[in-house]
Amino acid sequence: MSEKDRAEKFVLQAVHLGIDFGGLTAVDDFNMEIEKTQIAGLIGPNGAGKTTVFNLLTKVYQPTRGRILLDGRDIDGMNTIQVNQAGIARTFQNIRLFEKLSVEDNVKIGLHNRTQYSMWSGIFRLPKYWSAEKKSHEQALELLSIFDMQDLADVTAGSLPYGAQRRLEIVRALATGPKLLLLDEPAAGMNPSETAELMENIRKLRDKFGIAVLLIEHDMSLVMGICEQIAVLNFGKVIAQGTPAQIQNDSQVIEAYLGKKKEVTP
Amino acid sequence: MRKLSKSARNSFINYGIVLVFFLVFQIMLSMGKLSSSFSGQLIPICTYVIMAVSLNLVVGISGELSLGHAGFMSVGAFSGVVMASCIQNVVGPSWLRLALSILVGALCAAVAGTIIGIPVLRLRGDYLAIVTLAFGEIIKNVLNCLYVGVDSHGLHISMKDAVSLGMEADGITIINGPMGALGIRKISTFISAVVLVLIVLFIIQNLVNSRSGRAIKAIRDNRIAAESCGINVMKYKMMAFVVSAAAAGAAGALYALNYSTVVPKKFDFNTSILILVFVVLGGIGNLRGSMIAAAVLTVLPEMLRQFQDYRMLIYAVVLILVMILTNNRRAKDALGRIKDTVFRRNRLQEADK
Ligand SMILES: Nc1ncnc2c1ncn2[C@@H]1O[C@H](COP(=O)(O)OP(=O)(O)OP(=O)(O)O)[C@@H](O)[C@H]1O
Ligand SMILES: [Mg+2]
Repeated sequence: MSEKDRAEKFVLQAVHLGIDFGGLTAVDDFNMEIEKTQIAGLIGPNGAGKTTVFNLLTKVYQPTRGRILLDGRDIDGMNTIQVNQAGIARTFQNIRLFEKLSVEDNVKIGLHNRTQYSMWSGIFRLPKYWSAEKKSHEQALELLSIFDMQDLADVTAGSLPYGAQRRLEIVRALATGPKLLLLDEPAAGMNPSETAELMENIRKLRDKFGIAVLLIEHDMSLVMGICEQIAVLNFGKVIAQGTPAQIQNDSQVIEAYLGKKKEVTP
Repeated sequence: MRKLSKSARNSFINYGIVLVFFLVFQIMLSMGKLSSSFSGQLIPICTYVIMAVSLNLVVGISGELSLGHAGFMSVGAFSGVVMASCIQNVVGPSWLRLALSILVGALCAAVAGTIIGIPVLRLRGDYLAIVTLAFGEIIKNVLNCLYVGVDSHGLHISMKDAVSLGMEADGITIINGPMGALGIRKISTFISAVVLVLIVLFIIQNLVNSRSGRAIKAIRDNRIAAESCGINVMKYKMMAFVVSAAAAGAAGALYALNYSTVVPKKFDFNTSILILVFVVLGGIGNLRGSMIAAAVLTVLPEMLRQFQDYRMLIYAVVLILVMILTNNRRAKDALGRIKDTVFRRNRLQEADK
C-alpha cells in the first residue's frame, strides 16, 4: 500500500513508538494502525504501558523514538494543545474534570475552539457573544443527550456520581470534535449494566460522529465485544495484535494476561 | 439559559451594592453627616475594592498566587500622575484629565503585566508567588530612583537625580525619586471613583462569564485536562494576569490623583499582602466578598481610632475571627444554625402579627 493510500485509510499510524524514563523503557517499538471509523482496543496487565501510549499520542510525553501520523501527517512538532486541535481527544484513567464548574460548562470548554468570539466581544457582550453562546449552549445539551445527561447540565461536575463523571469526560472529549477518541478505562468503577450501556453508547457515537476510538480496558467482555482490532501490551512491548478471535487464541497472551483472567472469571 | 441569568443576576446585585453604597455616602456627604477623616476614606475604599476584585481575578479565578499586586498599582499611580501633569494645561475639564490619566495608568500597568507575565506565568505555585513578590519590590526600588520632569521641550526622565533631568527654567519635577510624586493636583472625585469601580466590575464579571473566563477557570481546575481540550494555557493565564494588572493600574492612578503627594514606599509588600487579605477574607473566587471585605477593612482602622493604642490589636483580632468564621467548617455550621434560629424567630414573629 502506498503512503497516500495509508493516509487515506488510517486515521492513526504509530510507527516504532517508544519512550524511556531514565533507565526504564516504559513503551518500546509500539506499532498500530487504526482505520477511520474503527474501534480498537489496547489491553495488558497493570503497568504494561497502556496509559503511557495515550500520553505519547497526545504529546503529554515526548516520544524518545518513533513517529505518530494523524491522517498521514506527522505530529512531531505539536504540543498537547495542537494535537487536540488536530483531532485527537482523550479521557483520563484518574478522572480529570473541571470539578468546580457545571456539567454544561465542562462540555462548553470542550467546545472552546469551536465557539469563536474574542475577549472583547465577551466583555462588551457584542452580538457575536450572544449568538455564539446560544449555539454552544444548544450544542452542549445535544452532546449531553448522547448519555441522557442533559438534565444534569446545571449540576457541579465534582458532585456527580462516579459513572456519570466518566461519561461526562467522554462528552467533553467529543465536544472538541476529534477524529480519534482515546478512552482510558472508560468502564472502570461501573457496574455490569452501566458497562453494557456504555459499550452500546461507544458504538453509537462512533456511528453518529464517524470517528475512530481507541480504548484501554480491563473488562475483557467489553474489549472482546466491541473492538475490531486489539493490541496487547506487556512490559511496554506489543506481544500480540489482531482481531478479538486471534487474540483470544494467542498462547503468549493467554500466558501473560488472559490466562490469569480466565481462572478468576470462569 | 437559566445558568446565564444566574451569573447575570449575581453581576447586577454587585452593581446594585456599589450604587447603594454610593447613594448612601453621597447623601450623607451632602448633608455634612460624615466626619472629614471618614469622607477622606471614600476614594481609598473604591481603590481597594478595585484592587481586591482585580487580584481575585488572578488568585481566585485563575488560581495563581500573586504577591506583587501593589507593584501594578504603583505603575498606574506614577504613570497616571505624569499624564495628569502633562495634560494639565492642554485638556480643560478635570474629569476628562482624570479619565485620560486613569487610562494611561491602566495601559502602563498592562504593559508591565505583559512583560512580567511572560516569564512568571511559566512558573507554578510557590515559585510564581515568590517571583511576583520580587517583582513588586523591584518596581518599588526602580520608582525610588526615578526622576521625571516636564518643561517646554517635553518629558525628561532620569534614573540618577533631579539635576540630571537637565530641564529649562520653566520645568517642573513631577516625580522626585524617593520623595515620590509631588504637587499633584487632586482631580479624583468620589463619583469618578464609583464609576471606575463599576467599569472594572463590568469588565471583570463579563470576562469571567464568557468563553475566555470559562477557559481561565478550566485551567485553574485542571491544567492537564484543559490542555487536552485544546485550550491555550499561556494565553488565558496571561489574559487574566494582564486584565488584573490593568485594573490595578487604573486603581493606582485614581488613588494617586486623590493626594497631593505619593511616595513609592506606599506600594510595598505590605500593601500587596493587605489586598491579598481582602481577597482571602472575602472568599477566594468570590468577587462580592472581595468588594465587601476591602470596603469594611479599609474603614475599620478609621472607625477604631477612638480606641487609640488598641487599634491595631483589635484589627488583628477581627481579622483572625473572620478568618476562622469563614474557613472553619464547624464555625460555619454554628453560624448557619444561629442564622436559622434568628430567621425562624423573625418569621414566627411575622406570623404572629
Ligand atoms: N512519568 C513517568 N516517569 C517514570 N515512569 C513512568 C512515568 N509514567 C509511567 N511510568 C512507568 O511506566 C510504566 C507503565 O505505566 P502506565 O501507567 O502506562 O501503565 P498502564 O498500562 O496504564 O497500567 P494500569 O493498568 O495500572 O493503568 C510503569 O512502570 C510506570 O511506573
Ligand atoms: Mg493506565
